Amino acid sequence: MSVSVLLFASYADAFGSRRVLVPVSAPCAAADLVEAMRSMPGGDRLPERPLVAVNRAWVDLAAVVQPTDEVAVIPPVAGG
Amino acid sequence: MASAAPPASSTGLLHAAIVHRPIDVGALIARAQVPGVGALSVFLGTVRDFNDGRLVSGMDYEAYESMAASELAAVAREVCDRSPGLRVTLEHRIGTLAIGDVSVAIVAAHAHRGPALDGARAIIESLKQRVPIWKREHYVDGERIWIDPTRAALPGEEPG
Repeated sequence: MSVSVLLFASYADAFGSRRVLVPVSAPCAAADLVEAMRSMPGGDRLPERPLVAVNRAWVDLAAVVQPTDEVAVIPPVAGG
Repeated sequence: MASAAPPASSTGLLHAAIVHRPIDVGALIARAQVPGVGALSVFLGTVRDFNDGRLVSGMDYEAYESMAASELAAVAREVCDRSPGLRVTLEHRIGTLAIGDVSVAIVAAHAHRGPALDGARAIIESLKQRVPIWKREHYVDGERIWIDPTRAALPGEEPG
C-alpha cells in the first residue's frame, strides 16, 4: 500500500520529484505519512511540522488521509 | 419604476486568478470601478533586485495551482465578508519574472477610502500566510534559492 503525495518547490527539489509514492497504508494520519517520508531520500529536508493539504485544503497533522485523497506536503509559502 | 436609490452593482469578490502572463492592472481597476466607487486602492507586489544582502536578477514563482486559485479567492472573499460594499479584483502571476515585474495585483474599491485601503492590506497579508505559492530567487552569481519566510529575518528586514 502506498499514498501518492504531491511536492512543490524546495520539497520537489529535495525528493527529486513532483510526486512520490509513500509506503503507508491509508487511512492514516497526515503525521504518519510525514513520518514515513522522513526515511525516503530527501526526507531529512522536511521540517518538524510541515504543512499538509488534503483535497486542496489545509489540514492539521492529526487529519485522516484516505486512499483516494489528493495529498500535498507543502513548503513554507512565499507568495506576494 | 422610478427610484432615488443608486443603481445596484454587485459587490464582493469579482475576479481572482493565478495567471501565467503579465498582469493587466488597468483591466483589474476597470473591472472594480463603478459609479458608486469613491476610493480605489491598488496593491502591487513587484520583483526587487536586492534581498538578504544579495543582488537578485530575477525570480521564479511556482504554485500548487488548483489550491492556490481556491485559496486566493477564499482570502479575498473573507475580507469582502467583513467589509460590506467592498469590490475586489486580484491576480497573482507565476512563472519566471524579471526585476520590476508585477507578481501580484490587488484592487479594492469602495464608496470610501478606509475600507478600500484596509481591504487591500488585509488581502495581501492573508495571501502571504496561506496561498500555496513559492518563489526562487536568481542571484547574479547564478545561484537560485527557494525563499523560506519561516527562517529568521535579519534585524530590521521585513521578509517577502
